[in-house]
Amino acid sequence: MTEEHKIRVLIAKPGLDGHDRGAKVVAQALRDAGMEVIYTGIRQTPEMIAEAALQEDVDVVGLSSLSGAHIQLFPRVLEEVKKRGLKSVLLLAGGIIPEEDVAPLRELGIQGIFGPGTRTDDIVDFVRKSMAGKR
Amino acid sequence: MGSAAKSEWQEKVYEAAIKRAPERQAQFTRSSGAEVAPLYTPEDISGMDYGRDIGYPGEYPFTRGVQPTMYRGRLWTMRQYAGFASAEESNRRYRYLIEQGQTGLSVAFDLPTQIGYDSDHPICAGEVGMVGVPICSLQDMEVLFQDIPLDKVSTSMTINATAPILLAMYIALGKKQGVAPAELNGTIQNDILKEYIARGTYIFPPKPSLRLTTDIFQYCGEHVPPWNTISVSGYHMRDAGATAAQELAFTLAHGIAYVQAAIDAGLDVDRFAGRVSFFFASDNNLFEEVAKFRAARRLWAGIMRHRFEAKQDRSCMLRFHTQTAGSTLTAQQPDNNIVRVTIQALAAILGGTQSLHTCSRDEALALPSEEAVQISLRTQQVLAYESGVADSVDPLAGSYLVESLTNEIEAEAKAYLDKIEKMGGALNAIEQGFPQRQIHESSYRYQREFEAEKRVVVGVNKFCSPQPSAISLLRVSQDEQEKQKARVTELRRNRDNAKVAQSLEKLERVARGSENTMPTFIECVEAYATLGEICDVLRRVFGEYKQSVAF
Repeated sequence: MTEEHKIRVLIAKPGLDGHDRGAKVVAQALRDAGMEVIYTGIRQTPEMIAEAALQEDVDVVGLSSLSGAHIQLFPRVLEEVKKRGLKSVLLLAGGIIPEEDVAPLRELGIQGIFGPGTRTDDIVDFVRKSMAGKR
Repeated sequence: MGSAAKSEWQEKVYEAAIKRAPERQAQFTRSSGAEVAPLYTPEDISGMDYGRDIGYPGEYPFTRGVQPTMYRGRLWTMRQYAGFASAEESNRRYRYLIEQGQTGLSVAFDLPTQIGYDSDHPICAGEVGMVGVPICSLQDMEVLFQDIPLDKVSTSMTINATAPILLAMYIALGKKQGVAPAELNGTIQNDILKEYIARGTYIFPPKPSLRLTTDIFQYCGEHVPPWNTISVSGYHMRDAGATAAQELAFTLAHGIAYVQAAIDAGLDVDRFAGRVSFFFASDNNLFEEVAKFRAARRLWAGIMRHRFEAKQDRSCMLRFHTQTAGSTLTAQQPDNNIVRVTIQALAAILGGTQSLHTCSRDEALALPSEEAVQISLRTQQVLAYESGVADSVDPLAGSYLVESLTNEIEAEAKAYLDKIEKMGGALNAIEQGFPQRQIHESSYRYQREFEAEKRVVVGVNKFCSPQPSAISLLRVSQDEQEKQKARVTELRRNRDNAKVAQSLEKLERVARGSENTMPTFIECVEAYATLGEICDVLRRVFGEYKQSVAF
């Protein structure tokens, strides 16, 4: 990764859930840490999110859901992302995700899962470490 | 000889003491960042006039409470917000809560119901029954209230964009049970403005949405007089990060917009204002919250009397529901949440709430389990029956601290209200993204303070313990979603579809015109038109709101 390259991040809200306090706080924290951050707003379909990731040429996609719909929606986002050939994108998730769902989501390819009470510094570090060496 | 004045004490005694031993923190602040003084004395409230600013309970400006006897006459309504999976499951939970001594129902709808889609619409994948009960038609409503006589309960429905349709179903269900509309008791949230700022379950643009709001005011004024036609809500803005003063100010700004819209639609203020109710969060800072509730009553009373020239006292009363603040609940050490909820519930009671939902310890992890809900209901019952806090009206009045904070929060809220007024009112402020930005800034500031450990959250950034607490969580089964989809498909096959089509055509005509939409909504739901079909008509006529992401 060259020094000039800023890490590009898409923060997205799949599904019908309107709670985006956490999504916005994470977006702001990543931006304050020097990354380029795009926030999709609420009510995004998996297709819309994958398409935005492609169009915006992002390195990282962060998904936020508090409604419980992550079980069905996150795998569909991953599918759409794969369909578009975005192999190297780092996938993160946050919101209300019960412990028992964490391992299956990791297996699917969501590398970072951040629940309530997470420090944004930890998310920033995770993204930087994961991106180091890529590109 | 003691000090003669606060300033003397401060200079001679206090300064000397902190020179010897500094305080725990350089600053003690409330949610807005305003500093809390080390001491409040009669000097801090010397400008107050008891009769004018505080007064007696049940009398203008209602600072001390809206009823003369408050909880000595009747306790607040204990109302746990519930709904999940399906109408059957939710009905079972309601009957359980009633058996446990709950005194009012509070219906949580799933997101598709709130946004106007039937459970089988592709956009609803994964959302059906997740955060509330799915209601596609009057048929689901019949199941939801099976064996619950509507003349015996008061029902609060958290429903906004689709409020008139769910209310129409409730009225239709009452008729089927033999209960006249005038005997129905309850509340619909019906507060669309805050949906554009936080929470996000809007469908239509603000103008047609406000028309639906005022249609409800007018219809209920004539046909369902006991119904609380709106619950102007600060709760969701607070949970999204607003400070206490922002919560209060933005809520009252919305209240002003609704009252104005109804007056503009030709309604007499004293005919509907008495049915306007409010909904606030109760957060962790006990005294700030109590002060917020007291300031809310005084501010609203003044607005109704002076700005809208309401003649009846009833129109000036700010009655409110409280929910303990969900955003304060932690996933770590979830049992600690029981203690947080107790403090927050206490603040709501000391602040004179009319009804209360206490959150459950597991809500940072999932929807609450039955066991967790029982603890939170018992929390209210212990406060009500054992603590003695309900035995005297507005017990914190006269506290130098609480009266000072009441004045301060009122002033902070007034400053925001003035700013919103200069922007041309709440609608313009929302369009310009003003409350959205303010709330985001507050939430981000809170996060920074939390990470810098200036705000301690026990069990999360201090006093952490490694072992996870094993508690069993409620899980909504995916089978329920499939069953619900099958139910709505079957309904569409078995009903009188000609009658449905007729009612929907009529709705389109009425929506395009200016007559009250409520009677036609009732006709549609009685024909078993689905929520999604009704909203499709309205989406066609009114268009859809597009959120502008100011980020």
